[in-house]
Amino acid sequence: MAANLAFEGLVKSYGPTVALTDLSFEVRPGEVFGFVGSNGAGKTTAMRIALGVLEPDSGRVCWGGDPITFETRRRIGYMPEERGLYPKMRVGEQLAYLARLHGLPERDARAAVTRWTERLGIAERVGDEVQKLSLGNQQRVQLAAALVHDPAVLVLDEPFSGLDPIAVDVMSAVLREQAATGVPVLFSSHQLDLVERLCDRVGVVSSGRLVALGAVDELRGAGPRQLVVRPGGTADRVAQIPGCRLVAQDGDQLVVELADEADDQEVLRAALAGGPVHEFRPRRPSLVELYRHVVSAAPPGSTAESGEPEPPARATDGRGAAS
Amino acid sequence: MNESTGTPTGLGSVAAVRLVAGRELRTRLRSKAYLIITAVLVVIVVALVLVAKLVSGSHSVLKVGVLPDAAPVARSLQAAGVALGEELDVVRVTGPDEARRELDAGTLDAVVVAMRGTTLGVLVTQTLDPKLRVVLVATASQSVLNDQIRTLGGDPEAVHARVAAAGIEVNSLEPAPAFDPQRLAVGFIAGILVYLALMLTGQLIAQGVVEEKSSRVVELLLSTIRPWQLLAGKVVGIGLVGLLQVVLVGVAGLVAGQLTGVLTIPWAVVGGALGWLVLWFVLGFTMYALVFAGLGALVSRQEEVGGVVTPATALLVIGYVIGVSVLPSDPENQLVAVLSLLPVFSPTLMPIRLAMGEVPVWQIATALVLAVVTIPLLVAITARMYRNAVIRSGSRVRLREAIRAG
Repeated sequence: MAANLAFEGLVKSYGPTVALTDLSFEVRPGEVFGFVGSNGAGKTTAMRIALGVLEPDSGRVCWGGDPITFETRRRIGYMPEERGLYPKMRVGEQLAYLARLHGLPERDARAAVTRWTERLGIAERVGDEVQKLSLGNQQRVQLAAALVHDPAVLVLDEPFSGLDPIAVDVMSAVLREQAATGVPVLFSSHQLDLVERLCDRVGVVSSGRLVALGAVDELRGAGPRQLVVRPGGTADRVAQIPGCRLVAQDGDQLVVELADEADDQEVLRAALAGGPVHEFRPRRPSLVELYRHVVSAAPPGSTAESGEPEPPARATDGRGAAS
Repeated sequence: MNESTGTPTGLGSVAAVRLVAGRELRTRLRSKAYLIITAVLVVIVVALVLVAKLVSGSHSVLKVGVLPDAAPVARSLQAAGVALGEELDVVRVTGPDEARRELDAGTLDAVVVAMRGTTLGVLVTQTLDPKLRVVLVATASQSVLNDQIRTLGGDPEAVHARVAAAGIEVNSLEPAPAFDPQRLAVGFIAGILVYLALMLTGQLIAQGVVEEKSSRVVELLLSTIRPWQLLAGKVVGIGLVGLLQVVLVGVAGLVAGQLTGVLTIPWAVVGGALGWLVLWFVLGFTMYALVFAGLGALVSRQEEVGGVVTPATALLVIGYVIGVSVLPSDPENQLVAVLSLLPVFSPTLMPIRLAMGEVPVWQIATALVLAVVTIPLLVAITARMYRNAVIRSGSRVRLREAIRAG
C-alpha cells in the first residue's frame, strides 16, 4: 500500500498545441498533494494520462516504481474533471457497477456501496436515479464512485468545484482520512485557500511546465521577507532605509519588502521615530500571491488558454450528471 | 478505511464484457420504451394473422344443404366440387322449414331443392356465391349428361370412370417453381421484422454510445476497462435485447398463424424461416451494430445521433424496400439475388428470400461467408473509430480523423 505515484517527464501535445512539457513530480504515500494551475495549464491532461485515458507522447507515470499497467490502474480512484455518471441509472446500482468494473466481487461491491453512501450522507438516495439528485449530491456520488473500490491511489480532478461548504468539509475529511491510511492523494483545484489548508505539498503548473513544487510553508517562506507596519506617524523614514521597499499601502498599513541585507529592527526604529507603532509583524505571502508570482514569471510560450482540448460548452447537455 | 473489503482481483476480458452486457440488458429490459415497442409489435403481428383469418376464413368452405328430392344429385355435387377445387360440405336437410332456418342462420350457403328436367332448383337467402354457382351449374350439366347417356343405353358410371382418367401432361420450357402465397406472407413478415429489429437496436447502440459520451461516464469506464471491451459488451447486451424481441414477435406470429389455421405450411418450414431469421438477425446486427457504434462515437449530443448514423440507416432502408417491393411479385429477381449476397444487404434480403422459396445452397453459403468475413474487418475499423473518438467530446469528430488517429 505504501507506494508513491510518480509522474516522470510527461510530454504531450495536441497537434501544434503543447499541453505538457517534461512534467515530473511525485505524490508520496500518505500525502495530500495539491495540483494548481490556470485553466488549460495541463493538470487534466496529466491526470488523464495517469488513468490511461490519454497516451503521453513520451514519459510515464509510475506507481511504486513500476509503470502503471492496465491491471494496476484499477487500484486508482479517479474523479474526472468532466463529471460522469449514467443520468438514468440508480445511485446504488451505478456505484456497485463501477466497483465491479474495478474488479470487486459482487458482495464486496454492495458492502462498499453501503459504507460509502453512508459516509458521504447520500444513503437515502441509493434508489434514486442520479439525474434526480441535486448537483451537490451528484458530486458526492461522484466521489463515492472514486472511492467505492477501496483504491490505493486517489486522483481527483477539481473535486471541490460546485460543492457547498458542508460538502467541502466532508470531502476534505475524506481526503485526509484516505491519506492517513497511506494512500497518495493527488487533486487539482482553483480554490487556493483550500489547497493551502489541506495539502502537504503543492505543485504549480503553468503552460504544461511545473513552475513551483514544495510544502505550502516552504513555498510561502521562499519569497523575499515582507513586513506589515502600521506607524502612527509618517511612513517616509521607513521607505528610506536601504534595502527596504514599500510594496503596498492600505490606509495607514504598509507592506514593505526587505532585501537580504536589510535589518527588520532598523525598520521598527525608523517607524517608532515618527510616533507610536500600532502593528509590526512579519508577513508571509499567501498561496494566491505566490501563485500569481510564479505563474506570471513563467516563460511565455504556449499561451495559457490553449493546451487542453477543452470542450467548448457544457451547457449543451444540461441533463447530464456533470457539475 | 481499508478494513478489508477484499482485494480487488483482476477482471478478465470475458468478465468485463459480461458486466457491461449485463448492465445493458438490465437497463434496456427495464426501459418502458422497449417493453411498449415489443408489446406493440406482438399485437400487430397477431392482429395481422387474425385479419388474414377473417378475410380468408369466412368462405373457405362452402356449405350446401340437399333436400330429399335432390338426393340423387348429391354424389355428383360432391364430385363437381372436387373437380373444380372447391371445398364443399354437403349436408342432408329434411324439409323446406329446416332449409329456411339454416339459411337464415347463415349455417348454409345454399340448399339444393330438386332436379326437374334440365333445371336444378337452388334456394339461397339473397344471392348465390359465384364459386358455388360454378359448382352447381357443373352438377346440373352432369345430371343432364347422365340422363342422356342412359337414354343412349350407356352406363354413366363407366363413362365417368373413363372421363376421370383423362388428363394432360404439361412440359414447360422454363419450369417455374410454384410460390406458395403463405410462404410469401411469412417472408414478407420476416423482412419487416428483421428490418425493424436492426433499425431499433442500431439506434439503441448509437444512442447508448452517445449517452456515455455526453454524460462523460465513458472517461470513468475507460479508466477501468479497454475500449473494445466496452464496445463488445454494449453490442452483446443490446444484441441480446434485440434478439429477444425478434424471437418473441416471430414466435407469437407463427404460433398465432398455426393455431388459427391461417398458416397451413408445415411447422418445419415455419421453424426454418424463424431459424434463418434469427441467424440473419445475429449476423446483420453484429455488422450494423458495430457501424452504428463507430458512427455514434463521433458525436457528443443525442440530437446529432440521427444525422451521423444516416448512411447506415439508409442502407438498411434500401435493402428492406427492395426486399418487400420486388420479391413478393418476383421472388426470382436476378438483381435482388445478387444484392442479397452482399453483406450490406444480405441481413435484410436473405431472410425474405429464404422464407419465400428456394434459394440455391451456393448463394446461401456465399452470403454467409461474406458476412462472417466482413465482421472482423468491421471490428477492426469501428473499434479504432470508437477508441479514437469516444473521449473527444465537443464538436463532431471527422470520420477520417477517427479512423486515422491513434
